[in-house]
Amino acid sequence: MRTIDTKHIKRVLKEALKDIAIIADPQIKQKLTASLRTEENPLAKEVLTDMLENFEIAEKKALPICQDTGMAIIFIELGQDVRLEGPFLYDMVNEAVREAYGEAYLRKSVVDDPLRRENTKDNTPAVIHLSLVEGDGLKIDVIAKGFGSENTSKLAMLKPADGVEGVKEFIIDSVKEALPNGCAPLVVGVGIGGDFESCAINAKKALSLPLNYKNNDPFYAKLEEELLKELNNTGIGPMGLGGSLSVMELNILPAPTHIAGLPVAVNVCCYVDRHKQIVL
Amino acid sequence: MKHLNLPLKNKDELKSLHVADKVLLSGKLLVARDAAHERLCKDPKKIPIELANNFIYYMGPTPTPPGQVIGSAGPTTSHRMDKYTPTLLDLGLAGTIGKGKRSIEVVNSIIENGSVYFITVGGCGALLQDRIKANKILLYEDLGPEAVREIEVEKFPVYVAIDSFGKNIFDLEVEK
Repeated sequence: MRTIDTKHIKRVLKEALKDIAIIADPQIKQKLTASLRTEENPLAKEVLTDMLENFEIAEKKALPICQDTGMAIIFIELGQDVRLEGPFLYDMVNEAVREAYGEAYLRKSVVDDPLRRENTKDNTPAVIHLSLVEGDGLKIDVIAKGFGSENTSKLAMLKPADGVEGVKEFIIDSVKEALPNGCAPLVVGVGIGGDFESCAINAKKALSLPLNYKNNDPFYAKLEEELLKELNNTGIGPMGLGGSLSVMELNILPAPTHIAGLPVAVNVCCYVDRHKQIVL
Repeated sequence: MKHLNLPLKNKDELKSLHVADKVLLSGKLLVARDAAHERLCKDPKKIPIELANNFIYYMGPTPTPPGQVIGSAGPTTSHRMDKYTPTLLDLGLAGTIGKGKRSIEVVNSIIENGSVYFITVGGCGALLQDRIKANKILLYEDLGPEAVREIEVEKFPVYVAIDSFGKNIFDLEVEK
């Protein structure tokens, strides 16, 4: 049995939330820089240059990269042999959000009710997904999800007969539609299988994977590669203004499903793709 | 590179702008997004701000840190404002600035009113903040990041996404 203080979790989570709002992921910088070197479309070149310059100014002036500093999505994998001590874990997660968004001058973008829409003024509550795993570890994946891209996400309950071709078509159509509004070059998380909600959760979880993540199932690795190629061949490009880089990464998380079902969820993230993993 | 001073002296100045032109804006811009549009358009006859020859920038900034004029200030997705835009253009608004596509109703209204729609690069909150020289809240302070503002910009970079003739930047790739 290992003991972890929830106040410690709050501290590391808070720092992670501040960091990802201001400091761009080096892997994303690399991808955009590499694309800028080979891009021929003049408009795409200008857009990519602006994106990279923005990363630099944000870091230099300690300003958020984007004004939509997102809603905090927190995936927690808690080892069965961990004993948590201190205040209630969910309260500490929300406290981390409250303090990070206050101290780092991040935008408070959360309303308390979807229809009455009163801003909570501290960006809480976070969306928390807690799962129990073996062992005595604690792993947290933090995503600060912007909604320009979130709004372009989609879910479909396909028929088993639609098969891999139906799945591909749905993903391609959804992402093509998302490109101009979702701040491309996008990062795309796909959930296939499971049930209605677990499929969507897997799509979101796929967004928390590292940018160079390789699927260890060769069938899905190949599918990811095909989809990525086809989407980048559309020429829709950065911000939908034309160019060769439309999607930086596409990851699929499949799950067992019912004999009658083939759910597919496409969760879209903009090129800033703020996320970080914490292992305690 | 084209330059445009705002507010415009005359809406005819927009006739010289063509789709995909890069334009540097200097002068004053209005700022409003979702919730502010809903309030402004509740009674379009009584809109309490001057629209004529002005532009609305769809943006909700991060809080202003000490020593800065404003926080990060990039564009938000324009199509959520599509429902309100024709009304505002009919009332004299010269144009709008945001990111992403617009509805066919907005495109038609742009042509009818000789307006334009500019886009800026999404996510570039810090880069665009650097071009903002002044910032004040005009209306609805209770809306927080969604309050109506007036900002002063210098060489604020935008692209013509839909020109006054209805040419659309998002159709250019398709046409090729």
